[in-house]
Amino acid sequence: MTQHLPVLQVAIPLLASAVCAIVRNARIAWLIALATTWTAFVIALNLLFRVQSEGIISYALGGWAAPYGIEYRVDLLNAFILVIVTAIGSVVIPFALKSVECEVDKSKGSLFYTAYILCFTGLLGIAVTGDVFNVFVFLEISSLSAYALIAMGQDRKALTASFQYLIMGAVGATFIVIGIGLMYVMTGTLNMADLAARIPEVRANRTIPVAFGFLTVGISLKLALFPLHLWLPNAYTYAPSAVTAFIASTATKVAVYVLLRFFFTIFGIAFSFDIMQLHIVLLPLALIAIFSMSLVAIFQQNVKRMMAYSSLAQIGYMILGISMVSVTGLTAGIIHLFNHAMMKGALFMALGCVMYRIGSVDISAMRGLGKRMPWTMAAFVGAGLSLIGVPLTVGFISKWYLILGALEQSWWPVVVVVLITSLMAVVYIWRVVEVAYFKDYPDYDCKPVCEAPLGLLVPTWVLVATSFYFGIDASFTTKIAEAAARTLLGIGL
Amino acid sequence: MNLLGLVNYWAFIILMMIGLYILLSRGNLIKKMVGLSVFQTAVFIMYISMGKVQGGTAPILMNGDVAYSNPLPHVLILTAIVVGVATTAVGLSLIVRIHEAYGTIEEDEIQIEDFGT
Repeated sequence: MTQHLPVLQVAIPLLASAVCAIVRNARIAWLIALATTWTAFVIALNLLFRVQSEGIISYALGGWAAPYGIEYRVDLLNAFILVIVTAIGSVVIPFALKSVECEVDKSKGSLFYTAYILCFTGLLGIAVTGDVFNVFVFLEISSLSAYALIAMGQDRKALTASFQYLIMGAVGATFIVIGIGLMYVMTGTLNMADLAARIPEVRANRTIPVAFGFLTVGISLKLALFPLHLWLPNAYTYAPSAVTAFIASTATKVAVYVLLRFFFTIFGIAFSFDIMQLHIVLLPLALIAIFSMSLVAIFQQNVKRMMAYSSLAQIGYMILGISMVSVTGLTAGIIHLFNHAMMKGALFMALGCVMYRIGSVDISAMRGLGKRMPWTMAAFVGAGLSLIGVPLTVGFISKWYLILGALEQSWWPVVVVVLITSLMAVVYIWRVVEVAYFKDYPDYDCKPVCEAPLGLLVPTWVLVATSFYFGIDASFTTKIAEAAARTLLGIGL
Repeated sequence: MNLLGLVNYWAFIILMMIGLYILLSRGNLIKKMVGLSVFQTAVFIMYISMGKVQGGTAPILMNGDVAYSNPLPHVLILTAIVVGVATTAVGLSLIVRIHEAYGTIEEDEIQIEDFGT
C-alpha cells in the first residue's frame, strides 16, 4: 500500500472530484472535499518524511519502467511543495463551507467543490510527476478548473477577470507545450531525469535554446512574473474569498516549482545560467516586480486587490532568491514558497471573514472593524506583520535568507531594495490598520456587525499560528529548503 | 530542397503568428477564442510533423522491413487536442455568461460598462 502513495496522491482527489460532480448536494460534496484534502495532506506528510529518511522515491506508473513509462518521482523539493499545497487545500476547505454559502450561488455549491478538488489534483500532479508532458496536462487541469472557480465570484467583473486569465493562461500553457515538443524532438524522451542526461549532448543545436525560450515565457506567464502578471490582480480580486485564499497560496508556488524543475534539474545550471544567462533576465524583472508592485499596492482602495499586488511583489522575492543561483538564495526562494503560502492564505482568509460580515473589502468599508471584529482584524495584523518581515514571523526568515544571499554576492543595491520594499509593506498594511483601529465605525450603519463565525476564524487562525510557529522555530522548514537547494545545485550536503 | 522539406514547420510558424496576432489585436471575445484555437492548432501541426518518418507507415506490426512513423507525438497531441477543446469550451461558456451580464462581447464596451469611460 505505502509504495503506491505517490500515485494515490493524485488519484484519490481525481476520483473524488468525479464523485463530487455526481452528488449535487453542497453539504455532501463539502464532506467529500474535506475527506479528500485531509487524506492528501496525510499522504504528502508521509511522503515528505519518507523522502527525508530514505531518499528519492521513484514510482513507475502501471509498472512500466522509466523512461518508457511515466515516472512519478518525489524528492525533497516536490515533497515540500506537496505539503504546502495539501496543507493550504485542507485548511481552506473548512473555511469554504460558510464562505462559499455566502458568496457562491447555492445551485453551484457541489460544482464549486468539484472544481476545487480538480484544481487541487492538477497542482499536486504537477508537483509529483517526473514526466514533462504530464506537467502540461496537470497544468491545464488545474488552470481550467481555476478559471471556473474564479468565474464563480459575485461581481460580474469576475467573468472578465476569468476570461483574461484563460487567454493568458492558455497562451502560457501552449508555449510550454511548444518547449516540451522541441525538447522531445532533440532527445526523444519526456522523462525529466532522462532529459537531464541527454540535453547536454545536443545543447549546441539551436533547437534547445529555442525550447528554453518558449519554456521561460510560458512558465513566467503562469507564475505571473512582471511584466506577464496582468491577469493576476483582477483574478484574485473578484474570485470568491475561499478561491483567492487557495489559489494565491498554491498556484503561483507550483509554477515557481516548475521553473526550478525545468531550469535546474532538466536544463541544468551550466546551461541555464552559464550559457543562457537566465539570471541576468530574472534579476531585473524580480527587482522591478518587487518595487513597482509594492508601490502600486499602497494606492489600492480594495484590500483584496492590495494583497494581490503584494503577492506579485512576493513572487518577485522568490525569483530574486532563485536568480542568485547560490545555496542561500535558493533556500530563501524555496522557504518563501512555504512562508508566503501561510501568510497570504491567512490574509486572504481574514479578508474572507470581512467579506462574510460586511459584504465588501473596500478600505472605506473597514472603518472601526478593529472593535467590531477583533479576532479577524488581529489575524489580519498578525499575518500582515509576517508580510512586512517582523522578527518571530515567517516573513522575517525569508527576508533574512534573502538578504544573506544578496550580501554573499555583495549585491548592496538588492539589499536596499528588499529593505525599502519591506517598509512599503508597512505602509500598505498600516493603511488598513489605521482605518480598522483608529477610525470610528460609521454612525449611519445601524445594523451591528459582529465577529465572524468560528468556522471562518479557526482556519484563519491556524494559518496565522503556523506563520508564527515557523517564524520562531524555522529549523524544520529551513532544513528542508536548504537540502532541496543543495540538490538543485548539485552540491552535496 | 531543404526549405521545401520544412514546409510543415513554416506552416506551424505562420499559423502560430496569425493566431497570436488575432488574439492580441481583436477586441471581440469570440474572435479572441478563434485566435487562440488557431494558435493551439498550429502546435498540433508541429507535433504531428515531428513524429512523421519519411516513407513510414502507421505503426502497426507488419512482416518485413517496414519503416514506422513515431506514434508518441501523435498520441501526445491527441491529449493536447482534448485540452484545447476543453479550453475552448470553458472560454465560450464564459463568453455566454459575459454576454448575459454585460449585454456585449466587445472588450472596449465592457470597459465602458465597468469603468464608465
